[in-house]
Amino acid sequence: MSNLDLFTTRRPELGLSKLRQLDVTLVLSWAVVAIAVAWAVAPGLFTPHSGTVGIAGNQLRAPDATHWFGTDEIGRDVLARIIYGAINSLSGAVVAVVVGFIGGTSLGLIAGSVGGRLDTIIMRIVDVLLSVPGLLFQLSLIIILGFGTVNVAIAVGTTTVAGFARLMRSEVIRVRRADYVEAAFGSGGRFGAVLWRHVLPNSLGTVIAFAALQFGSAILAISTLGFLGYGAPPPTPEWGLLIAEGRNYLTTAWWMTTFPGVIVILIVLATNRISQSLRRTP
Amino acid sequence: MTRLLVSRIGQAAVVLLLAFTASFLLLQALPGDAILIKYQNPEMGLTPEQIAEIRVLYGADAPIWAQYGNTLWNFLQGSFGYSVQAGVPVNALLATNLPPTLRLASLGLVFAVLIAGVLAFAATLAPFAWLRNLLQSLPALMISVPVFWLGIMLIQIFSFRLRLVPIINPSEFQALILPVATLALPIAAPLAQILIRSLDEVQTQPFVSVARAKGASRPWVLWHHVLRNALLPVLTIAGVLFGELLAGAVVTETVFGINGLGRVTEQAVSYQDTAVLQAIVILAAVGFVLINLVVDLVAPLIDARLKNPVGASA
Amino acid sequence: MTTIVFPNQPPVLAVEGLSLAYRQEAGWRRVVEDVSFTVGAGEVVALVGESGSGKTSTAQAVIGLLPDNGRVEAGSVRLSGPEITGWSSRRLDAIRGKSISLVPQDPGSSLNPVLTIGAQVGEILRLHGERDGRLRKICVLELLTRVGLSNPALRYDQYPHELSGGMKQRVLIAIAVALRPGLIIADEPTSALDVTVQRRILDLIDALRSEFGTSVLLVTHDLGVAADRADRIVVLKGGRIQEQGPTAALLARPSSDYTRRLLADAPSLAPLSLRLTPVKAEASIVVSGLTQDFNVAGKAFRAVDDVSFAVAAGTTHALVGESGSGKTTIARSVVGFQRPTSGRVTIEGTEITALSGEPLRQFRRNVQLVYQNPFSSLDPRQSVCEIIGEPLRNFEPVGKAERHERVAAILAQVDLPADTIGRSPRALSGGQRQRVAIARALILEPRVLVLDEAVSALDVTVQAQILRLLEDLQQQLGLTYLFVTHDLAVVRQIAHTVTVMQAGRAVESGAVAEVFTRPQANYTRELLAAIPGRQLPSSARNLEYAGAAE
Repeated sequence: MSNLDLFTTRRPELGLSKLRQLDVTLVLSWAVVAIAVAWAVAPGLFTPHSGTVGIAGNQLRAPDATHWFGTDEIGRDVLARIIYGAINSLSGAVVAVVVGFIGGTSLGLIAGSVGGRLDTIIMRIVDVLLSVPGLLFQLSLIIILGFGTVNVAIAVGTTTVAGFARLMRSEVIRVRRADYVEAAFGSGGRFGAVLWRHVLPNSLGTVIAFAALQFGSAILAISTLGFLGYGAPPPTPEWGLLIAEGRNYLTTAWWMTTFPGVIVILIVLATNRISQSLRRTP
Repeated sequence: MTRLLVSRIGQAAVVLLLAFTASFLLLQALPGDAILIKYQNPEMGLTPEQIAEIRVLYGADAPIWAQYGNTLWNFLQGSFGYSVQAGVPVNALLATNLPPTLRLASLGLVFAVLIAGVLAFAATLAPFAWLRNLLQSLPALMISVPVFWLGIMLIQIFSFRLRLVPIINPSEFQALILPVATLALPIAAPLAQILIRSLDEVQTQPFVSVARAKGASRPWVLWHHVLRNALLPVLTIAGVLFGELLAGAVVTETVFGINGLGRVTEQAVSYQDTAVLQAIVILAAVGFVLINLVVDLVAPLIDARLKNPVGASA
Repeated sequence: MTTIVFPNQPPVLAVEGLSLAYRQEAGWRRVVEDVSFTVGAGEVVALVGESGSGKTSTAQAVIGLLPDNGRVEAGSVRLSGPEITGWSSRRLDAIRGKSISLVPQDPGSSLNPVLTIGAQVGEILRLHGERDGRLRKICVLELLTRVGLSNPALRYDQYPHELSGGMKQRVLIAIAVALRPGLIIADEPTSALDVTVQRRILDLIDALRSEFGTSVLLVTHDLGVAADRADRIVVLKGGRIQEQGPTAALLARPSSDYTRRLLADAPSLAPLSLRLTPVKAEASIVVSGLTQDFNVAGKAFRAVDDVSFAVAAGTTHALVGESGSGKTTIARSVVGFQRPTSGRVTIEGTEITALSGEPLRQFRRNVQLVYQNPFSSLDPRQSVCEIIGEPLRNFEPVGKAERHERVAAILAQVDLPADTIGRSPRALSGGQRQRVAIARALILEPRVLVLDEAVSALDVTVQAQILRLLEDLQQQLGLTYLFVTHDLAVVRQIAHTVTVMQAGRAVESGAVAEVFTRPQANYTRELLAAIPGRQLPSSARNLEYAGAAE
């Protein structure tokens, strides 16, 4: 993703009307994420139907009062499949972001605070990571690691290491140049203490907001790999896979592809909006 | 200027060498072995000795450093090895599959740039605040849409519901409409977002007020002063967009069943055909590095400050 | 400075009951309230006020260029007769640049970085109808010559980054006078420039004004500049006019308290009692043969060249110079942030240039630095208590309660209210923040305080308060100050001794009384001559000190 570039261009202050309006979207965004998390934690609470077992004679029903999102080719409720699939996509995205966050921020912190040759080496490695398109990089990793939800998540996470590292490094360098950091050294602060008290807290805020953004794109990337068939194997209700399965019934069952996609879009939109709000209030 | 150029080319070469090394290590250290996967198949009825011979033929038995040296030397000469699965040289595979992908990608890029430009200008110049807000939030929506889903939706709407674009025996032009749209929209989104923000940002610069104080109208200022300044941040993501374009093409080709690099990539992953995947990865890296090199050379033409990085502050 | 005013003509500019507001989160906020004034033909009128006084907004409204979130709520602006507040932007475009033009605040960012100087000056001619490119070029070259740019043909093809700040401001003036408008709005035209450059630029505006008969609306925070250059002065505070009148009369008999305070606080050349060097005390800071080279684009650049001076304990030594003179570099060597290429810095008998690692850290207790910008020198995530207490955590592991107590004590010492302690620096004004920064520097009871342009970012009234605080602290605690500044007027007010820097060299050094009354170096004379505020009546100042104390 060109996430980092989008992320680092500053947004001008918003006027009154926009602010009010955006607050509503922010509340909605948190609600969307909360629901998705609840689906992942306790799917049974949200649907009486099974996510994996279909009912015979119930195939390819259009959305109605019992099956809000309709049913698929073997009579499974599409909404139930989406709800039971939340755990796959969300935990995958969490794993991906954790991998990228820990790997990237530590690399960036080292590069930005130690500097010198180590900085050059780390940034060259980051350059290499960035030179290969995310998807191809993920595919290369999947070839080695094999298919499956966890491997896909790790592959997606590894791709984001470069972005986290670059952002963390630039934040650390920005904060290190700040007068208050020099003042902290000037009042007798040791390197570690200054790093801990000033550099880290002041640079992490932006990185955490970036992590929220990456969470959304991780969901997108994971569903893409799932769609291509490298994620969880078929009976598992993974969102990308749901869409892939629905492709064969485009003419007869539009709901099989449409709804999982809409859910993905909503969650990605919500996390992007949350990321934006995290950036504004440091 | 020449020194700068030489050092930039040097840097690019280092990045490419590292990318090659990394991809080689990654893809040669595979648990699976493409040769074994193909030839161990009982239907082929090959003895272990015969398989070993085949391995020698492909050079798979040589020590890893020798393989590395050989592969690097071959890559430098433009020979990317053999596709174990297809049984043809990777070059041949690329020669047939690269052109359709390039055509799709370049059309996608052209439309993405057009869409982004129109959207950014509309979002900046639209007469009402609510309309501007609406247009400004469009890219955020577009960026959240999975490419493959977009493709499927377009097929569903335009081919099945509206029957505007036939899927059976389409003309060459008709066959390209939906894939190009699928590819262009997600690329246009980040482009428009960056353009809108950088237009916004440049418009708050004092030199814009000075231009207005000279008696220049808003559109004049936008065209003569803001645009050129706002283009720089867009240029810097050109390399990343190229990668996005390639990745988008892989997905789009899969959705629309088009033969091209995307299909080749997908099959290479499925059959662990490392030589093919490595060739594609390196090709992508070369494209990325070249584009960034060109951007570095073009940027000073737009902004004279970049000609001598330190600048005479006298 | 004599101007012929034609009383029978309509004024070039007549502002009547003008009120302006900005849209904010909580609704529309008035920033300018019922402001009325006029500018006659050929007249210079100064709008004087501190930050937030609404002077810049007023100027923007006059030329019809309020920011998008601002609006005119009431009142009228008449330009040589017709009222223009209701005009469409198309109609305004036709008069902007032609009958009314702008010299902006910050020459650094007021020229388009990607266009040549020639294109940007030529643009105003093109916008107002000159279609012939060759004629335009001739005209632009003439203008560039007229504003005193050397080698205009070269400048024509150069880009803004290749010019100095003063040269850029000349280009902007060339744009402003290109079509000989009736009124030029000069919005803080020199506040971003060095004092000697400031003087030349103001002289240039004066000369062009009298040559073309243009009127000038001069927006400035500097009463000295207004006193020297304006026929009439309008004093603004908090969006309202405090008073207005002919310069001489207003300065001699200010009617509002605020103007009296401004006059009292404005540091200037008025013959105040100078601070005399106390009986020879021991030297606290000794700098000898300090030289500092930097590597700029592969070439060695000498920022400081063999500078020596000594500061007696308990006194204030000023390092004064324009940008690039090397004064800040010296300050950073004195606090041990920079190892000099050669030379020595000795503080309280310890040679600091020889220190590194833990001994240097320990030594930092004795020398503290106060920064120019109190908005960047305090960590926005810490509370005032944490900020001031941090040095204690580094050196004296006392308990939290005791730390809190000592912070509270030092807050009282820098005259901050006790409830400041738990607040975030974001909730404080610039002056308050600078007091916090001073408190942080003082809590370890250092012997030496280095103040790097510590009052330059503040409004004059706040600046005067901080200077008074510094003086009091020096007397109470016997501190030694190294005071880095570009402002000679401030030097005169606070320093005992001074070193004048130019391009890395010390051109003159000695007691302030000596240097200011009998300057030896040409450069010092030039600097002194450039200080604005010659017209400020000294008698008024001395009287007003009593008034300000109430």
